[in-house]
Amino acid sequence: MSLTSPAPGVAPVAPILKSPHLLSILDLDRLEAEVLLDYADTFVELNRQPQKKRDTLKGRTLVNLFFENSTRTQSSFELAGKRLGADTVNMAPRSSSIAKGETLLDTAVTLNAMHPDLLVVRHSASGAANLLAQKVDCAVINAGDGAHEHPTQALLDALTIRRTLGKIEGVRVAICGDVMHSRVARSNVLLLNMLGAEIRLVAPATLMPRSAHEWGAKVFNDMHKGLKDVDVVMMLRLQLERMDGALIPSTREYFRFFGLDWEKLAEAKPGVKVMHPGPMNRGVEIDSTVADDPKVSLIQAQVEMGVAVRMAVLAALTARASNAQAAQ
Amino acid sequence: MSKTLFKNARIIDPATDADMRGDVLVEDEKIAAIGAKAAPAKISAEIDVVECNGLVLSPGLVDMRVVTGEPGAEHKETLGSASRSAAVGGVTSFVVMPDTHPVIDEATLVDFIKRRGRARGDVHIIPAGALTKGLEGKHMSELGLMKNAGAFLFTNGGRPITDARVMRRVMTYARGFDLLVMHRAEDPSLGQGVMNESDLSARLGLAGIPAEAETIMLQRDLALAALTGVRYVMDMASSAHSVDLLRAARQAGQTVGGTVSINHLLLNENDVGDYRTFAKLSPPLRGESDRQALVRAVAEGVIEYVVSGHIPQPAEDKRLPFSEAAFGSSGLEALLPGLLTLVQTEDLTLMQALRSVTSAPADLLGLWQGRLAIGAPADIILINPDRPFVFDADTMLSRSKNSALDGRRLQGRAELTMVSGKIVHRAAA
Repeated sequence: MSLTSPAPGVAPVAPILKSPHLLSILDLDRLEAEVLLDYADTFVELNRQPQKKRDTLKGRTLVNLFFENSTRTQSSFELAGKRLGADTVNMAPRSSSIAKGETLLDTAVTLNAMHPDLLVVRHSASGAANLLAQKVDCAVINAGDGAHEHPTQALLDALTIRRTLGKIEGVRVAICGDVMHSRVARSNVLLLNMLGAEIRLVAPATLMPRSAHEWGAKVFNDMHKGLKDVDVVMMLRLQLERMDGALIPSTREYFRFFGLDWEKLAEAKPGVKVMHPGPMNRGVEIDSTVADDPKVSLIQAQVEMGVAVRMAVLAALTARASNAQAAQ
Repeated sequence: MSKTLFKNARIIDPATDADMRGDVLVEDEKIAAIGAKAAPAKISAEIDVVECNGLVLSPGLVDMRVVTGEPGAEHKETLGSASRSAAVGGVTSFVVMPDTHPVIDEATLVDFIKRRGRARGDVHIIPAGALTKGLEGKHMSELGLMKNAGAFLFTNGGRPITDARVMRRVMTYARGFDLLVMHRAEDPSLGQGVMNESDLSARLGLAGIPAEAETIMLQRDLALAALTGVRYVMDMASSAHSVDLLRAARQAGQTVGGTVSINHLLLNENDVGDYRTFAKLSPPLRGESDRQALVRAVAEGVIEYVVSGHIPQPAEDKRLPFSEAAFGSSGLEALLPGLLTLVQTEDLTLMQALRSVTSAPADLLGLWQGRLAIGAPADIILINPDRPFVFDADTMLSRSKNSALDGRRLQGRAELTMVSGKIVHRAAA
């Protein structure tokens, strides 16, 4: 499925996507997702070279608009933009107490006047990226909106799985933790389902959406059962504000029943791999020795794949915009 | 090996609907043989033979609702004193409520109850865990860890959870662990009275608790139980309307049930009479038509579990003006005689009466107890259902001698109580 590596020095051609934005995994179809992963593969190789710079996005402006704090995702997009030669600007508007929608639209109008080409947005409200996409003229990439989606995370997770296991079709993945509030879970369920993986969702009942069984995933409230014979365990971050006895009794009870430790991991297939979108709550959702064991942990690889996937997405959306312009 | 042979008994096993003449052989802690051929060919001297003379041999009672004062209020009742009271009452297992000081809301305390119960108890003492921390109705307690420590039932005791969102989350979380949730259905804001709200309470000048305090909360609980799919048991129904609500929910396929206390099956609000504080109960005794509906509900199996509602209160808390006196009645020694009285009056069959306190609660809790089966724990009682007596609360072994049934003529009691193959009580001839 993977493209053969291009000859050294020759840049592969960016795939053209149907959607002008990447707001949700639903903006992609299966073929597009697979081609996008193939394309990202080439950037993995590029990023490992001493000379990583391309001029694919030369003259283009990338704006990182992060209403929510994020070190990992923001720097990943920033590096991706810079390695492709784009001018990259980071903006971190303070979330104010006034109605978020209004602030967001004001920001959109202001930004639009600066003629960016790519807008990467993270916001605590679900649908914020969709709203922005309606108001600006450039390509919008959702870098996480509330409990809705985080499509580039799912793409990087898929790339990590594919490069590690050689395929996604038929791979059994358990997504464990706070599914209810996780945009990572939603995007991963959509993408991995599309690519033919077998998905399980594992969470305490209070952190599982009521309709999760209709998502094309098997639902488990018992981690031992949920991890039985899986190839990949994908842990989710537990938000600290959920830990005060409202949705789960305590962090120690959470770790006992839903924290990934060696005992629970032993239920999985031999050679199982562990993933986490970061940042981790060590001793809450994952035992440190599991997270840090290079034989099982793919957490470092996920970060590496993140930059490559984001380069692929930025280049593909830019190519589409150029095509659209040329067609006019 | 210790062996006991019960000879010539009327064996009643509600788990299998069996009612037959025969013998039961107990070896060590378990039942080894039942029926006409249970007796060994040669009865050696080492076998303790109990001649039953046709009296009823039944599984020991499983009481799902007992409050003690241990830890924190040992002057009211300890696990030891409650268990001695239970043995006399034919109760061989009971669930102890988490309403103590401290509240049983974490695994170490569940473990404490289990160990202390084993060390001091003549009968099996089964811990229940608090649904919320400190029973405050705000933060979920560590239900999973308590389950692992040995809690069989989860309840907020005498303090209902008023916040519907907390209740929903607790039920949802409990369903994920397949826990059994028992809840007192009473809206405390409507329940701020001292007896049933009725013409009687108005005449007596006592603040009334309307039946709606119960049915409003029960309707909420049943709606949330349907939403979450949790196994739900209403804790101590008191009104006819509650029976209708439970029946409708069960007909709709919900896995819900209800308990009723023996007091509410035998007494009504008129027993408050001349400001009799022994009859001050929570939920309150209601009208005669409510009592009759509750008895019918037990007969029909709409309410499957009868409990003692054992809440020991020392004399100093009961010898007070009615409105100031404590709620509650010591019930462990009244449960079996009370039920046998309803059998005598032909309101219940012996099978119905015994099932509600043996196999039904045992099945609900997932206990091996509550049945006469080969291999089952030898928790057995011998009953003389034809022996009337006047119930005298002062003779109870409970530390608190308050009983709503004090002075009542009751019918039949446990002549002998065996727990795990050991005889822990024998009535005076």
